[in-house]
Amino acid sequence: MEITALYYLVPSLIMFCCGLYGFLTRRNMIAMLISLELMLNGVDLNFVIFNRFLFPGQMEGMIFTLFGIALAAAETALAIAIIINIFRWVNNIDIRELNQMKF
Amino acid sequence: MDYAQFLAMKQEIALLVVFLIVFLYDLFMPERSRRALPAVSAVLMLIVTAAGFFCDYFGVSAPTEAFAGMYATSPVIATIKNILNIGMVIVLIQSAKWANSEGMVMRRGEFYELILVTLFGMYLMISARHFLVFVIGLECASLPLAAMVAFDKSRYESHEAAIKYILTAVFSSAIFLMGLSFVYGLAGSLYFDNIYMALMGHNTKMLVVALAFVIAGIGFKLSLVPFHLWTADTYQGAPTSVTAYLSVISKGATAFAFLTVLAQAFGLFYSQVWEWMLYALIILTITVGNLFAIRQRNMKRFLAFSSISQAGYIMLGIIAYNALGVAAMMFYILVYIFSNLAAFGVIGAIENATGRVSMDDYNGLYKTNPRLAFTMMLAMFSLAGIPPFAGFFSKFFIFTGALQAASPAMYVLVLIALINTIVSLYYYLLVVKAMFIKDDECVIAPFRSACSERIGMWIAVAGIIFLGLVSPIYDSLIAIAQSSELSSFFLK
Repeated sequence: MEITALYYLVPSLIMFCCGLYGFLTRRNMIAMLISLELMLNGVDLNFVIFNRFLFPGQMEGMIFTLFGIALAAAETALAIAIIINIFRWVNNIDIRELNQMKF
Repeated sequence: MDYAQFLAMKQEIALLVVFLIVFLYDLFMPERSRRALPAVSAVLMLIVTAAGFFCDYFGVSAPTEAFAGMYATSPVIATIKNILNIGMVIVLIQSAKWANSEGMVMRRGEFYELILVTLFGMYLMISARHFLVFVIGLECASLPLAAMVAFDKSRYESHEAAIKYILTAVFSSAIFLMGLSFVYGLAGSLYFDNIYMALMGHNTKMLVVALAFVIAGIGFKLSLVPFHLWTADTYQGAPTSVTAYLSVISKGATAFAFLTVLAQAFGLFYSQVWEWMLYALIILTITVGNLFAIRQRNMKRFLAFSSISQAGYIMLGIIAYNALGVAAMMFYILVYIFSNLAAFGVIGAIENATGRVSMDDYNGLYKTNPRLAFTMMLAMFSLAGIPPFAGFFSKFFIFTGALQAASPAMYVLVLIALINTIVSLYYYLLVVKAMFIKDDECVIAPFRSACSERIGMWIAVAGIIFLGLVSPIYDSLIAIAQSSELSSFFLK
């Protein structure tokens, strides 16, 4: 059996959609962050797959993935710092508790 | 490698020099002279701005490319960067009082360093001709902003605003990157030019999906409806200086970068794909932004919704897709910088002196602080588009640009925008009415605002009146836009 691009693309899309679903339904901020990480990793995987199977002669997608990983790390670090600050204020990381500002 | 190509990035290098000087000044000067850091950064930024306008060396006379075409600059790009510089100077001046206040002294340096880094990111985003550079610029512009939104450690709202901002920013980046990966799969390259060439005749369903993802991702940053839900909370919770920065400069830069991406990478699919996506977004953005602004009582929240609807008007310059539209968009951003920063200057001054931000507190402001009330009135008139102030002409030009295409759909769009202008007039005048006509006892006692705040407001008010009366500015913007490299992408 030959492993075609589709065998990789479907898992990456499932990863992205799981992240999307998790981000919209989970109420724990850390879990939301994990979901975002899933989405970004799905994207990275997509770039690598397209590069490997469709344009094997060049490296653009791979390089983009490297940068994407670095960006995801920076985003996570910053978000965790903000979550820690919030935890100090409300002793909770449930996003539903953050409702001081509405409408 | 040819190091001479760094000379193409004159404006970026000038900004980096400002950043380094501010950084070293904050690091090595004694505590007493560090109080002058806001003034130092504002003066340095003023020098860069003036150099951009008047010094031939910093001017860009012809389109230039560097780094294998990943970076490009041209007269129109240099102009939009100069416009952002003007706004940056005003923000830096207005933030001085806040930055030197009690709880901020420890972190004053960080604020100025972060704000300069975000401007650098916006420069990169505008100049990018390759999606890698674009994404790095976008993140460089939005991540430090999240830290800046969380800057008021002593206020809970600041943290709530920051987490809402960072989560939506990362979410929108993920959506944007997903769209980008589809584009890469279709085109095999991330250069704007190569994508343009490779997609010729490839109007597939996948392209529509990819473009929808890309537009949704950038729409989050621009807070277009239906991607606007973070805006009001973030604007309300963030420190006022940061809100001012978010609402004008971040928005202006992203709007221009959006135009560049749509024209240079996806210009072929204007009428087939993205014109209609933008069409729906603009109608929703202008209408929903206006309707929600009516019921706001917090001034910062009120200006958040007003800025959502203003973003819709800026989008009209993109959907026009002609040189007039580009010129009108640049003019709109310039005018919007002055009007919104005048409003935020007043709000910031009152907040710094009394801590009040509710619209009800503004009742009868004219009796206690007539000058602030007058400044606020000019800002509201300009935002609403009452002649002879600058806001009227910016709206007029952007409608003219959109009507160039002369298709029935555009007439309908401009009609809806016009009706919304009337709605917006109602809520902008609510503020004026509260300040001038309501004769309750004003809770804001007369006070004298700080020198820096007054300078900031003077510049903004001068801009509002000056831009409304002096037409050569718009003429020169038109000349720049017509000769720009973007023109070759427009239809006909």
